[in-house]
Amino acid sequence: MIEIRGLTKYFGEHLVLDRVNLDVARHEVVCLIGASGSGKSTLLRCINRLIEPDWGQIRLDGLAVEDAVWGKTGLQRRVGIVFQSYNLFPHMRVIDNIMLAPRKVRGLSRREAHDKAMAVLALFGMERFARAYPEQLSGGQQQRVALARALAGEPEVLLLDEVTAALDPELVGEVMAAIRGLKAQGLTMVIVTHEMGFARDLADRVCFLDGGRIVEEAPPRDLFNAPEHPRTRQFLERLLEGGRL
Amino acid sequence: MIPEQPPPPPPPPRRRGFDWRRALAPGLISSLSILVVFGGLTWLIAGNENWPRIQRQFFSLDHMLAALPRVAWGFLTNMKVWLIAMACIAVWALFLAVIRSLRGPWFAPFRLMVVLYIDLFRGLPALLLVILFGFGIPALRIPGLPSSGLFWGGFAMVLSYSAYVCEIYRAGIDAVHEGQRAAAKALGLNEGQVMLYAILPQALRNAVPSLMNIVVALQKDVALLSVIGVRDAVREAQIYTASTFNYSSMVVAALLFLLATIPMARLADWVTHRDRTRRLQMAG
Repeated sequence: MIEIRGLTKYFGEHLVLDRVNLDVARHEVVCLIGASGSGKSTLLRCINRLIEPDWGQIRLDGLAVEDAVWGKTGLQRRVGIVFQSYNLFPHMRVIDNIMLAPRKVRGLSRREAHDKAMAVLALFGMERFARAYPEQLSGGQQQRVALARALAGEPEVLLLDEVTAALDPELVGEVMAAIRGLKAQGLTMVIVTHEMGFARDLADRVCFLDGGRIVEEAPPRDLFNAPEHPRTRQFLERLLEGGRL
Repeated sequence: MIPEQPPPPPPPPRRRGFDWRRALAPGLISSLSILVVFGGLTWLIAGNENWPRIQRQFFSLDHMLAALPRVAWGFLTNMKVWLIAMACIAVWALFLAVIRSLRGPWFAPFRLMVVLYIDLFRGLPALLLVILFGFGIPALRIPGLPSSGLFWGGFAMVLSYSAYVCEIYRAGIDAVHEGQRAAAKALGLNEGQVMLYAILPQALRNAVPSLMNIVVALQKDVALLSVIGVRDAVREAQIYTASTFNYSSMVVAALLFLLATIPMARLADWVTHRDRTRRLQMAG
């Protein structure tokens, strides 16, 4: 469904992505892991064009993401994203946060958008917070609202950018449960994460990035139990020492 | 077996009786020192041999009452110009700020125009602009253009103040976190919608405290229009002074300005304070 070929990105002189190739099949969940600065988030953000790569190509169902056929917002309708810091609009109630894109981008009526929004909120058990403002909610609740907002656009691919990294440890579970539910529904997802438990549990395939390259990709059981590449082994050992695995 | 009870916590501290000395002494001392300092100053001023002349010249109650109706009438003009100018500045400056914040290479010439506008009008004294427009443009006698000095003077004020207000708006826009823009873009909103629904509402909220200060400053600066003959409070007071050689009318105008600006300044303080508390709560 997603084909990435030779993706290269510089920030100034610094090479962030170095000729990355990656394929993601429909209904597949791919986790990107690696140290900070290894290019995971940049790779993710190239997929929905929040960042423009310098070289290489990304295709969605065979059509390049920068193709004019997509129009201004066609790509964003099919690819949703959730961020580490939620990025909910603080001046809007939860319900208005979720209704914004369906109304303004897809042109739904207020009634339709409202029903849609309540349906996605119900998916994460958040209906009773519809009238709340984001800052009145806990981090875990805000992140579930952010998931609901991304899903209200009915994307075919969901990108998750370290969605649990800003949460208190006891709140991580509720967000992970929500994402597990999405996997059960067969949503295609690309997930950047520091939670190895998350990757082990959810991923069909794990990619380890180092210095802007995917140095190893394998199903989670193989990658975590028998890493082949020395850099992967080193990374996992460090996590083990830090008690994070 | 009954578990052993932990010892009870110590009782709350006994409330001491009301300490009159503690409660009243600071108040008494500050009242006394105010009385001494201000009493001393009053005695110095009133005891001065020139004081009666000063009082007649600036604080003559008869002259004040005589001048009040026309000065108050003039002040009404100040108020009208202030309100209309404020509305025009709010809209025009917002327009400029939005253009300045547009991204994309196609907008470069428009961004440049706004930068030049701000450099020009922030760099020139408002008084110069008022004279230039208020006297200069009516003198052109171009048919179709309004010929009133009041209109062109107000126009100059709007041009000048918009440059400042544009910068305040822009600071408000810049203060909105980059993630908000990314989130709005990722939802598929186009650039105008990102601005309208995600960025501007937050930017305006950021800008309110600084805007309040501008509102107070504008209220006073409307008096600049008196130099081009607009019969505002200052002009009316001047006319009275010219015929009576008494400056009490000016003091009346001054009092009217204070009556209007001091509540505005308090309101600005209150808004700033409320905003700060809200932010601190959000951070905590």
